[in-house]
Amino acid sequence: MDKLVKLSALAITGALVLSGCAAANEEPEEETTTDSSSSDSSTDSSTDEAEEAPALEGTLDGSGASSMASGQEAWVAGFQAENPGVTVNYNPTGSGTGRDQFEQGLTFFTGSDSALKQEELDTPHPNCDPVDGPMFEFPIWISPIAIMFNLDGIDSLNMTPDTVAQIFTGEINNWSDPAITADNPGVDLPDLAITAVHRSDESGTTGNFTDTMAKAAPDTWLLNGENAGDFESWPAEWGGEGGQGTSGVVAAIEAGNGTIGYADASRVGDFGTVAFGVGDEFVPYSAEAAAKIVDVSPTVDGRPDTMLTYDLDRATQESGTYPVVLISYLQGCMDYSDDEQAELVKAYARYMLSAEGQQFASDNAGNAPISNELREKALAIIDQVQ
Amino acid sequence: MTSMGDKAKVKARVGDIVFSRLARFSGIGILVILAAVAFFLFLQGLPALLPGADFVGKADNPLSYVAPYIFGTVYSSIIALLIATPLAVGIALYISHFADRRFSQVIGYIIDLLAAIPSVVFGLWGILILAPFLNPTYVWLSENLNWIPLFEGQVSATGRTMLTAGIVLAIMVLPIMSALIREVFLQTPRLHEEAALALGATRWEMIKMAVLPFGRPGIISSMMLGLGRALGETMAVALVLSPASIVNFALLTSQNSNTIAANIALDFPEAGGDYRSLLIATGLMLFLITMIVNMIARYVISRRAAFSGAN
Amino acid sequence: MTTTAPIIDTSNTLPRRFSLFALGGSVAISLSVFILAGFTSEDGIPNFFGVGVLAFIFYMVISFIASRAVEGRRKAADRMVTGWVTAAFTLALVPLTSLIWTVFSNGLNRMDITFFTNSMRNVLGEGGGAYHAIIGTLELTGIATAIALPLGILTAIYLVEYGRGRLKNAVTFFIDVMTGIPSIVAGLFAFSLFLILFGPASAINGMAGAVSLAVLMTPVVTRATEEMLKIVPNELREASYALGVPKYLTILKVVIPTALAGIATGVIIAIARVIGETAPLLLAAGFTTSVNFNPLEEKMMTLPVFVYTSYAIQGTDAQSYVDRAWAGALTLMLIVMVLNLIARIISRIFSPKF
Repeated sequence: MDKLVKLSALAITGALVLSGCAAANEEPEEETTTDSSSSDSSTDSSTDEAEEAPALEGTLDGSGASSMASGQEAWVAGFQAENPGVTVNYNPTGSGTGRDQFEQGLTFFTGSDSALKQEELDTPHPNCDPVDGPMFEFPIWISPIAIMFNLDGIDSLNMTPDTVAQIFTGEINNWSDPAITADNPGVDLPDLAITAVHRSDESGTTGNFTDTMAKAAPDTWLLNGENAGDFESWPAEWGGEGGQGTSGVVAAIEAGNGTIGYADASRVGDFGTVAFGVGDEFVPYSAEAAAKIVDVSPTVDGRPDTMLTYDLDRATQESGTYPVVLISYLQGCMDYSDDEQAELVKAYARYMLSAEGQQFASDNAGNAPISNELREKALAIIDQVQ
Repeated sequence: MTSMGDKAKVKARVGDIVFSRLARFSGIGILVILAAVAFFLFLQGLPALLPGADFVGKADNPLSYVAPYIFGTVYSSIIALLIATPLAVGIALYISHFADRRFSQVIGYIIDLLAAIPSVVFGLWGILILAPFLNPTYVWLSENLNWIPLFEGQVSATGRTMLTAGIVLAIMVLPIMSALIREVFLQTPRLHEEAALALGATRWEMIKMAVLPFGRPGIISSMMLGLGRALGETMAVALVLSPASIVNFALLTSQNSNTIAANIALDFPEAGGDYRSLLIATGLMLFLITMIVNMIARYVISRRAAFSGAN
Repeated sequence: MTTTAPIIDTSNTLPRRFSLFALGGSVAISLSVFILAGFTSEDGIPNFFGVGVLAFIFYMVISFIASRAVEGRRKAADRMVTGWVTAAFTLALVPLTSLIWTVFSNGLNRMDITFFTNSMRNVLGEGGGAYHAIIGTLELTGIATAIALPLGILTAIYLVEYGRGRLKNAVTFFIDVMTGIPSIVAGLFAFSLFLILFGPASAINGMAGAVSLAVLMTPVVTRATEEMLKIVPNELREASYALGVPKYLTILKVVIPTALAGIATGVIIAIARVIGETAPLLLAAGFTTSVNFNPLEEKMMTLPVFVYTSYAIQGTDAQSYVDRAWAGALTLMLIVMVLNLIARIISRIFSPKF
């Protein structure tokens, strides 16, 4: 027994010695953030505000869409580098869970693939002052969804929305189908079965892709004879291969020959991509073409001024617009009950909106930076947050 | 008798009582923990079973939600067992009756090592190495043998099929199954074996007459244990299978019934509210299924212990 | 005597080298079949696994026909079984070899200092490491051991030294049931428990992960200890009682020290088992990119979860995520191998000598 005790004591000490040191890339600043997260320092520091911009301190918790997780990773890294005293935790729980957590008062901002519904606006939010007070909402993350395929020697194919819809619903199942060859004169398409790859988990990417299909190809996007509409979980009736997460879809496309799938454009790599039929032309995906969809789309009527909610015009005929786009909103309170948190949210939102922040995310995650027009509108809203 | 002796006796008695109580409470603690597992899963899963639960469009009702996953769980495990059992018996025979002692010991270590490899490593290997390796064979099978119902349907382009999941599971349960069968085979009474050989039997006839009849309950219980292991295996299936929530017997397509465990692992981190409760409820169901399988295995083993004259 | 199956006639046997030649011939035939039929990859290399399977079939057919003709039906059957048993065994070694080779060759890409000293905080592509995950794995496994060790050993002592009647039977039975708990169920249990104890905001933390591991570990420790206590000879206990030593001291000073090596081996193997558990930790301890030393607050990364999330949630620079996943897998496998080795050494050196 003594030996056993000694052995385990040794093991525990070993673990403690190891635990004593921080990771090489998490140097001392880490310590200060955890210490200063207590809220009582806020009363003292608020008086200094007038003299010079005080160093921000504290921990800011947010959660929501996993589609913008890689963007948030970049923003958190960039923001924390500028403000060593701050720790931002963005938990990619999925949009629905993110909004739930905000409602429960567990987080101070939400990243969401869908706009807040009226009943969600009516529920009290414990971190707002008053709890049923106004909220802000604006697009923070615009990311083109590329329709990518794996065919030897072919880099790009033209496809109308109807063709894409029929491929993913299983109506077109061979690459030499006349619907595909007709739009691609001069391309030698093989007589090969098409394997359509979709997300097997629930995702905003699927939601935005299917929304595009339902609006741009209303007559061919059919499930049991009716327009299938938009949904976040793929129906089993259409067949095709499932991939878990963006990585799963990319891995499945890569592993097969004659596969096609939709995924965040940042992961295109060496795959061929589909130029999407808009009006009379075919538009290859690009950051600019994707960002344009927001500018050509109207905002939803009847929302408060602090909410920039867009009704994306997926069936647009506007030249040079790529409508297969995922947009995610940033959501939070106009007036927080905790002033320190309000300052953190404002600073973080300003960083995310800034040209520099958008570019930094774009370099790391391949999203489309938001337009200047949208930035100015959003910044005007953020300035009112208190 | 001195008072010193009395004191020592009292101390001894107190020590005995304290220690035996402690040991007893630990034993009872095991029962409490198991009860707690069932109780807390039930408590957290309950909201999903009440009428009016809101699954945010992911399920209509708990039963129709879980049905394909139960099918997938059982189906993948049975495939694994069909592949693993003949192999495990072969390996056990090889080690116990064919290889020489030294060599078989080394082999025993190596196979035990297979048992210790983390399942997530099996999963990575399965999706990145095994699936692409097997896929040409799948294409060949589906082109030439697609009149067999199991091979029908559009063949997967990636190899992430039910059959691959079954093979990975088979490799994972092989070590525990072969280890158990090996132990039973080694316990075959030497007299029976030697008697058979003395009568002029070949090695196979000796095995058929002496080893297999003796080891049959061991084989059955090892199958049940392997089944229990395969039913609950999570990460390897989560990584390897291309999942869908349907019932599908075809082995080579991309549309495979997912397993309960893999479905929980994939969906849980992003689940909330009643849907999370539903996942916990499916976990409770998995717990009950594996518990029943294990109980049957133990029952078979205990019957064997009563029958054999070994102890 | 009127036996229908005559005793084997030793004069009618195939030459000793027959198996070797038959095998060599089969391999040659199947190799040429594959090459002639064009079942080769683009570089003209045939699928070796396919060659092996076909060669095995040829070998079985050849030796069956030859043996049937020369040696008779019974010997032929014996050869068949020998062939099948050997093939089963060889087949089992193929995935193991492939697995170990893959993990090593891919894992070595990132086995550098950075991998062991850096976390993933603020890392967006290349670089970064698993320091936070290694810390988490050590802490959680340590806590799980601290819970499971006393509970498991005391339960074993109860079963062997004190237990009788229905309670003993029940505990024995449910230890077996507990051994079969799927690991993900243990994770769900720990999550459900901590949801009630800590509330929804902080239900996912290191301690919850440790509890789920302890649930998986306890029955393994109990089983191993029980086996070891059972083989301690009763003479030792009786001699101790005869000297007037009370029962609890007999157990502590005589029985346990005798069985200590075996118990330590069992405990180490139990640790090796749970250190690779992924599913329960994914649910109960969550995942994060930063170092967290406090098991009671916030999520904690662990090595198996690091491997899984590195593969499943890749960033733009996908290759560096996959490289980290393999390096994590290699680290994990090395830990498991070293633990198994330690267990073997302990049992070799300290095994009871009666």
